[in-house]
Amino acid sequence: MSTLSSRVSAPTPAFGAFDVERIREDFPVLKQTIHDKPLVYLDSAATAQKPHAVIDAIRKFHEVDCANIHRGVHELSQRSTAAYEEARGKGRRFINAKYRNEMVFVRGTTEAVNLVSSAWGRKYVKQGDEIVITALEHHSNIVPWQMLCEEKDAILRVIPMNDRGELLMEEYEKLLNPRTRMVAFAHVSNALGTINPVRQMIEMAHAAGALTLIDGAQAAPHLKVDVQALDVDFYAFSGHKLCGPTGIGFLYGKNKLLDAMPPYQGGGDMIRTVTFEKTTYNELPYKFEAGTPNIAGGIGLGAAFDYVNGIGLDKIAAYEHELLEYGTEALTRIPGLRLIGTAREKAAVLSFVIEGIHPHDIGTVLDRQGIAVRTGHHCAQPVMDRFKVPATTRASLAFYNTFQEIDALAAGLQKVKEIFS
Amino acid sequence: MVHDLYQETILDHSKHPRNCHAMAGANREAEGYNPLCGDKLKLFLKMDGDKVVDASFEGSGCAISTASASLMTETLKGKTRQEALEMLEKFHDLLTTDTPVRQDLGKLVVFCGVRDYPARVKCATLAWHTLKSALTGAEDVASTE
Repeated sequence: MSTLSSRVSAPTPAFGAFDVERIREDFPVLKQTIHDKPLVYLDSAATAQKPHAVIDAIRKFHEVDCANIHRGVHELSQRSTAAYEEARGKGRRFINAKYRNEMVFVRGTTEAVNLVSSAWGRKYVKQGDEIVITALEHHSNIVPWQMLCEEKDAILRVIPMNDRGELLMEEYEKLLNPRTRMVAFAHVSNALGTINPVRQMIEMAHAAGALTLIDGAQAAPHLKVDVQALDVDFYAFSGHKLCGPTGIGFLYGKNKLLDAMPPYQGGGDMIRTVTFEKTTYNELPYKFEAGTPNIAGGIGLGAAFDYVNGIGLDKIAAYEHELLEYGTEALTRIPGLRLIGTAREKAAVLSFVIEGIHPHDIGTVLDRQGIAVRTGHHCAQPVMDRFKVPATTRASLAFYNTFQEIDALAAGLQKVKEIFS
Repeated sequence: MVHDLYQETILDHSKHPRNCHAMAGANREAEGYNPLCGDKLKLFLKMDGDKVVDASFEGSGCAISTASASLMTETLKGKTRQEALEMLEKFHDLLTTDTPVRQDLGKLVVFCGVRDYPARVKCATLAWHTLKSALTGAEDVASTE
């Protein structure tokens, strides 16, 4: 594959100030072989790998500080409460929210969307109201709104996209009207990599009097998010896609909106006083955090914020863009391969099909060469329908990937073609 | 090695599937769906009393599911309903257990490599799940889930 490498800007272990080899040392999982080949992990859009810093923070919590949070007067409870709440503060700074009480811990992006569709939707959406989503959404930003529309007899509208996987803004404009209550959309598409013009989309929604929710699952790990600059009403993201553990994430919501919403789940921690006659609810954000949360997860996520900030999202975004360009060129050169998702603004996702070869066969042959990619519909079946494919193979890149790994992918795909041609 | 999975017979049947067409005059039909990969398959049977006299399928899928449907339709012809259902059980055991490979499965033994690829078992069984619903008369779309 040296011919591939030599044609594009030379890949070197240290890319400018970005020393990927040193960064890879932080990720123990990457130092293994799969089927006797070095692991090439190209599935970070599904979940990102975890650095020592995150693993150690979770271990330290369980070994040294483990206790339930809030209301404990003993030392361990105070330590765990402090660490958990510190992680909330780190989350606030990570997306530049104004107040820490706007940061609600949730299980992940899916729960965040469900929280809004349930708590906000139940109170504010009426019969005949309209919710707008887009053609490139993950199922988690489709189904909760469908369920709400079914319950309320409201109408779900979908912004279409072009063949590159870019939303048609003029069609979006036409969908907005005085009945539009909410516009919910991905910041970055998981299946296509498209980076949506979110700032403009928010302005248009607000001009029509609608609120906005962004599914930031694929954006938060790869580009700088500033919820105040965006003026977005709700922003949802998961910890595990930005090197934190699974089962933890955040819902950001403007506090006047969160304050007016009824609780999502009832239970401990979300209350102020309980009698059998009447319960009063806790202040924000605890009103939305019933039950013992994923404490270790929150603390691990706090460590992940520190880790990612230590490298710098600007550097991460620049390096990943180089990887994307290199990968796009390498894959485009393979005869019969068609990229699905060629937006002009794109994150480091390479989704593709190869004429006559099913993605599952591609995935299996690549796996035997140590290369981990995702195959299937990527929880975005409407996207597959739009491009008239049953499934795609998706290589998704992160800042710990290398140019050599993209060469390995290209070589692996040649092998796929040898077997099935 | 990956060639244990993609044996020559499987590659041949995936590239040149046999009995891959709709059937006029079929008296049993069923549809199968694998939600994991989106593969869809439609199976046609022509039964004479208790006996399968002809079998065909339509649909697109991965190499494993296409080859499995192709080889299944070849194998079914001439079998009774009971024999076909017994074969389904044996085929399922071939893919999911460590029992010695049974030679009475004929050409179907080429799928023995699938047992080392648990994520692909459903690809190989889609056609057979569909056969079961065709033979037992279940009306819903057969699902591998």
